[in-house]
Amino acid sequence: MSTPSAAARGPAVGTVREITLAQAIREALAEEMRRDPRVFLLGEDVAEAGTPFKVLSGLVDEFGPQRVIDTPISEAGFVGIAVGAAMTGMRPVVDIMFGDFLTLAMDQIVNQAAKVHYMSGGKLKVPLVIRTTLGATRRSAAQHSQSLHAWFAHIPGLKVAVPSTPYDAKGLLKTAIRDDNPVLFFEDKMMYQVKGPVPEEEYTIPFGVADVKRPGRDVTLVATSSMVYVALEAAELLEQDGISAEVVDPRTIFPLDVETLVRSARKTGRVVVVDEGHRRYGVTAELAATIAEEAFYDLEAPVRRVGALDVPVPFSPVLEDQTVPTPEQVASVARELCGRN
Amino acid sequence: MHTPVTVNQAELPEEVQDLSAVDWLRMYRLMATIRAFEEQVNELYLSRRMPGLAHLYIGEEAVAVGVCEALRPEDTITSTHRGHGHCLAKGARVDRMFCELLGKAEGYCRGKGGSMHIADPESGNLGANAIVGGSAGIATGAALSAKLRGTDQVSVCFFGEGALGQGLLYEVMNMASLWKLPVVYVCENNLYNEYTHYRETTAGDILARPRAFGIPAEEVDGQDVRQVLAAARRAVARARRGDGPSFLLCNTYRYFGHHVGDVDRSYYRSREEEETWKAQRDPLKLLRGWMTAAGLASPEEFEAAERAAREEVAQGVAYALQAPYPDPSEVTQHVYA
Repeated sequence: MSTPSAAARGPAVGTVREITLAQAIREALAEEMRRDPRVFLLGEDVAEAGTPFKVLSGLVDEFGPQRVIDTPISEAGFVGIAVGAAMTGMRPVVDIMFGDFLTLAMDQIVNQAAKVHYMSGGKLKVPLVIRTTLGATRRSAAQHSQSLHAWFAHIPGLKVAVPSTPYDAKGLLKTAIRDDNPVLFFEDKMMYQVKGPVPEEEYTIPFGVADVKRPGRDVTLVATSSMVYVALEAAELLEQDGISAEVVDPRTIFPLDVETLVRSARKTGRVVVVDEGHRRYGVTAELAATIAEEAFYDLEAPVRRVGALDVPVPFSPVLEDQTVPTPEQVASVARELCGRN
Repeated sequence: MHTPVTVNQAELPEEVQDLSAVDWLRMYRLMATIRAFEEQVNELYLSRRMPGLAHLYIGEEAVAVGVCEALRPEDTITSTHRGHGHCLAKGARVDRMFCELLGKAEGYCRGKGGSMHIADPESGNLGANAIVGGSAGIATGAALSAKLRGTDQVSVCFFGEGALGQGLLYEVMNMASLWKLPVVYVCENNLYNEYTHYRETTAGDILARPRAFGIPAEEVDGQDVRQVLAAARRAVARARRGDGPSFLLCNTYRYFGHHVGDVDRSYYRSREEEETWKAQRDPLKLLRGWMTAAGLASPEEFEAAERAAREEVAQGVAYALQAPYPDPSEVTQHVYA
């Protein structure tokens, strides 16, 4: 995966280091755990193993097994336990190793965590973060490769973050931990080693604020998570054709920064939405519909969608690579929109 | 099938010998309040003044009252769709309960939860749950929270024997045992998973299930509040000591149907069975019988307690019937904290 410099922007204040997305996540967790004794981690192989992706390595050494808790392989059980702990004064951060395993905990997330505040008339709250992964192309086949974030954005009561850069991941995760609501935090497992500038200084990033990762004039590419990099590469390709593409990263799909998306759509008049979830009934559909409703009279062409192929993710690289949006595919759709194919 | 026995001749368990006549009469009064409350719910529902669903707790009062008597105000419970008894036993007010059941603004959840979702953190009630077994995680998580926060709070998870079919229960019992969490799993076996006898849905020995996780489990006469309280005190003391979870299998009986509309029950149980439980195994009658024989209270005192319970319920429902509904604008409040 390439990391165009435009995607790696951080604020130009204080000391800035280049760190990986995994390091950024780990820093956010460590800082919040130091700041707030109520924050603790829970999940499969989160302690000594530091997860298969090694994102949490070292945290158990600093915070001990009381706050970095290895669980059995019981997603429903430990998510439920986290919900109860969150309702009674703690701020758990749960690790669901692969986003596919969220299906095992759906009742606890959808019927319990998302509903408790509302059903109790506002008396109970669930300050819970569920960190998990999305994204294919790791040759892991259909049960370790899905991008299921749209499911959770559909449920009132949940918030959903889909960071794309180390800078965004750190700032958004700190915000998620301080939020009094259940937050699903999706990390593309292919991005953990992506590097980017992250300041030493404390910062947070508010939810519901999109980031323009690359300014442009002719077409808007709205992209989430690792699709931001796909969109940035597409923008490079388009530039070679004299098309100026703007790349907008919503960063959280709920709450959604409609204003920034619509402003960009009105400016360019053409929009392609890119997301790694399945295309049908997915994030691309929601974003495209929102933009179409809000910016219809400023659009030069219908909003187009590029999502994962509507098939279970296959194992064979020859097959799998066809299922994920590519820069060429996004650029091609954008060229069509601009009447340049 | 259970073979009901006519009178419980069991000795007063050691764990409850410190209690006075005043304490037992208070528990009698609380059971009478729950019964009167549920009778009123039935009437509200049948007279079409209550919307939605209602699952009555009548017949099972000794379980909620006995268990909650063993708890402190700061201890927590989770409840079920058949939860009115648990909520009242943990300290909820009758009038605000009725307000919630009728969807009124002064209800415990401002009318957003209704009969199956009453939550009252002030009395330690983390909420009734309409997913069978759905609160097992929450109750166990509250216990983990108590341990992490360094309090000696105990968490109680009430569930029916129908929840024995849910995998979540076994996942969290495993973790509760591994981590020695202060949680008591209270299984109310009222014999029926909705309209199906539990023997048709539940293989093997129920007690062997928690025991497989190393959780002490005991069978309790759920109609005898003295036995329930004694067992609950043992389990709660163990939890508070830091020795971990317990499992109480409370044998009880649901006098009414699965829900208020479940009137024709002949296809799954006999009228004779219902009458036998009511006549011979009624928790109020059993407590009254023992207290009378032991000279702990007079007929006048029982009648006064029942009258007071009925009056509290009558006043509560009257209040709730005239109480205002929430403003329609509240529909979008409390989606996010």
